[in-house]
Amino acid sequence: MDYTMFPLSEWAVTIRFSTEVDEAVNEHVHRVTVFLEEQKKEGILDIVPTFSSVTVYYDPLVAGDYEEICKWLRTELKRVGHIKKAAARTVVIPVCYGGEFGPDLQEVARFHGISEEEVISIHSRESYRVYMIGFAPGFAYLGGLSPEIATPRRSTPRTHVPAGSVGIAGSQTGIYPLATPGGWQIIGRTPLALFRPHDPEPSLLRAGDIVQFRPITEEEYRMWDDGHNSSNT
Amino acid sequence: MMVTIQVIHSGFFTTVQGKGRFGYQKAGVSVGGAMDSFASRLANLLVGNDADEATLEITMNGPTLRFDTDALIAICGGSFRCTLNSEPVSMWKPLFVRKGDVLSIGACQSGYRAYVAFAGGLNVPPVMNSRSTYVQAGIGGFHGRALRSGDVLPLRAPVITIQEKPVRWGIAFSERNYINGKKKIVRVAEGPEYGMFTAQSQERFFASVYEVTTQSDRMGYRLQGQALERATNHEMISEAVTFGTIQVPASGQPIVLMADCQTTGGYPRIAQVISADLPILAQARPGDYIQFQKVSWQEAQRLYVEREQQMKKWKMIIQQKWREMDDAR
Repeated sequence: MDYTMFPLSEWAVTIRFSTEVDEAVNEHVHRVTVFLEEQKKEGILDIVPTFSSVTVYYDPLVAGDYEEICKWLRTELKRVGHIKKAAARTVVIPVCYGGEFGPDLQEVARFHGISEEEVISIHSRESYRVYMIGFAPGFAYLGGLSPEIATPRRSTPRTHVPAGSVGIAGSQTGIYPLATPGGWQIIGRTPLALFRPHDPEPSLLRAGDIVQFRPITEEEYRMWDDGHNSSNT
Repeated sequence: MMVTIQVIHSGFFTTVQGKGRFGYQKAGVSVGGAMDSFASRLANLLVGNDADEATLEITMNGPTLRFDTDALIAICGGSFRCTLNSEPVSMWKPLFVRKGDVLSIGACQSGYRAYVAFAGGLNVPPVMNSRSTYVQAGIGGFHGRALRSGDVLPLRAPVITIQEKPVRWGIAFSERNYINGKKKIVRVAEGPEYGMFTAQSQERFFASVYEVTTQSDRMGYRLQGQALERATNHEMISEAVTFGTIQVPASGQPIVLMADCQTTGGYPRIAQVISADLPILAQARPGDYIQFQKVSWQEAQRLYVEREQQMKKWKMIIQQKWREMDDAR
């Protein structure tokens, strides 16, 4: 796959495969990320996949200067093509829709002239691709929301959206990993902790994963214990 | 035995900061760490620590601390009014502190941030390989938050013996020039979307000055000045951003991303502040003016290596000074 490379800073280089959002490109981005991580090159500090690029952070005094890093990357990128695609993980996210956990479910249903049950059924029917993690710890950019339930953001953002809230904003859907202010239409909440700071892998979701939402009852929500003390505050 | 410091007053915004948190950006976790790594690293070197050891980062107004132990400390950064038991003490040099002493770091005279390093370091647990406080996620540093009055900070046992004689050497004035002045010259290299801006805006970006607004913090500095216009309306998709990335949102007013910035961003990146000049920005306060000056990426890279070599030189000089003091005892 063609690419361009450019410096982001004196300690970071970006490899860009496309300027569009595309599933095949994103697939390649994750193969490149996994492959480069496996090389365990000394002085590489971080490898960050996005929709269609990979940024490699490095210590110039250990890994070499920009020219040396580019040379290394060009060599490695030639080898990625031969690597077999890894099977995507499917992560099921339990969601208690509506009620106090999904205060905007009614609004989303009203906006489309359908019932709340239909919104839930459409939202939990689709599979979503995790294109990238960014913006906030554990925040996943998901692709695949049905246009049948795409809804504009709230005209007035809430000052407090609890962690685990599942929302819709335009043609995106996503989960708030931490309690923040926010303008998304909140349709439910998951008892799972999306951000697990004390785990070796602090984000529940990884770029490249497939996400499925499974409706649960309020009772199931309250009984849920995933051992991560998911903050429902 | 646990050695501690009592926080009598917390100051405006005092956090534990050190090395950045690399390796977790793909989980959306920002790198963080000291805003002015030059001052933080020198403070550590002065007390014999590793340069990346955790220090206290002070903003605008400093804390009052009571030591429950003898200690060796150094305060580097912007010029703050510092006293030990009400007697003025100097910054940028090693300072012996006795059990029961009260260190008070007052208002900032010039610059905006200072760093207190403790010989042996602060005894806070690393979270994701870093002791830096990540306030947004409530992790790292001292319970993931800024200090409060009444907190008790744990210290590791110092590695240097406390001496009777005061230390008569420190970091030269010439090294601290970057802190002074209301107008700061900050060097930048072209960002990935530099070419997206009109020729007039590219020129304006370097020719005019930008004011640091009050909406500036560890995540980013919002600047105010002549608006920058894009030549195309092509929508960008989110890509990685880092400490020093200058983004331009629709308003045309630049935002410089700082230590606690998010990992990805979707606004055009007009320029990148060179690493050697990030401490200048870290010491800029609301109301100060910034003028950007363009350098090539080659030059930025050369200056980065030069700064790192300078640090190694400082480490050697300081070690030599400590040996001379030990010999003189």
